[in-house]
Amino acid sequence: MSAVIFFIASIGALAGAIGVATLRNPFYSVLALVCHLIFLSALFLLLNAEFIAAAQVIVYAGAVTVLYVFVVSYVGDGSVPLGPGGVRLRNVALLFVGMLFVELCIALLGSGLKAIDTRGATNLGDFGTPAAIGESLLTKFLFPFEVASLLLLVAAVGAVMLARRRRGGTTIDDEPYDATRYITPRSLFSGTMAEAVGALHAPVEEPTKPRPQAPVPAPTRGSGSDGSDSDDDTQEG
Amino acid sequence: MDIGWYLVVSALIFCIGAGGVMTRRNPLVILLCLELMLNAANLSLIAFSRMHGNSDGQIFALIVMVVAACEVAVGLGMIVAIFRRKLPVDVDELKELQG
Repeated sequence: MSAVIFFIASIGALAGAIGVATLRNPFYSVLALVCHLIFLSALFLLLNAEFIAAAQVIVYAGAVTVLYVFVVSYVGDGSVPLGPGGVRLRNVALLFVGMLFVELCIALLGSGLKAIDTRGATNLGDFGTPAAIGESLLTKFLFPFEVASLLLLVAAVGAVMLARRRRGGTTIDDEPYDATRYITPRSLFSGTMAEAVGALHAPVEEPTKPRPQAPVPAPTRGSGSDGSDSDDDTQEG
Repeated sequence: MDIGWYLVVSALIFCIGAGGVMTRRNPLVILLCLELMLNAANLSLIAFSRMHGNSDGQIFALIVMVVAACEVAVGLGMIVAIFRRKLPVDVDELKELQG
């Protein structure tokens, strides 16, 4: 049973990873990352890391991804075509990635760790439960825990300072607000809201003389009475 | 499942993330692929932690997640700053720093 769950979860995680790396639209990449993270937390659960799996879903798939979605919708999809030399560089990168994978596999196969081919330690106790993780975070790893909280504070302040409005240079805030960039104005008297509430009235059409309709009965030759028929007359005459 | 299988999956995810970092040009997607690489490292850390039956590796994975969250916050702040400066959001165009 655990083998079936392992293969399903790992195939899902790999598919999500490939989706992140290959999808054109960054928004879809973020969604693929969510899929990848959820399947990865299933793998963590298989490894008895219950607290990490829960933190993965809450912190990554919940919070970090929302940050990504906000920035993607602010920046828009910056999907850019490959420039000159892009295809060649991509082939080099794929070759490098293949070599990296082969190297990792060699390291894995030639490893001296005997326990890699087993299912791990047998008597686990309270391994990976939130209670055990919390206890070791507050006793053995108290200093890394506090440093991590300080790091989060520094990163939050740094992000605000990076993205704030500042002097010098031109930003998108310097341009005066131009509503026509965002709103397509509607032509007047085409059923706008101002007309509906009676604030604006269409001008009363003055009675014009009736124009000749399309099937004109036998244009009088050379008369030139109407402008629309004059060029036909000149061709014939 | 044996621990080795988890390590193989971790290596695959890491390679996919590395390939994405090298081939994509949108800095947002590059940050996402960095997340993939960090997650692959997390998976192998937790697999080794399970192998030894010692939960210290899980603390390490937790700290890696904290560092990844910080990296995301700062990286996204930089992308927003780039966008507000009306610079192209493309890592091949932003090459003033290369000297």
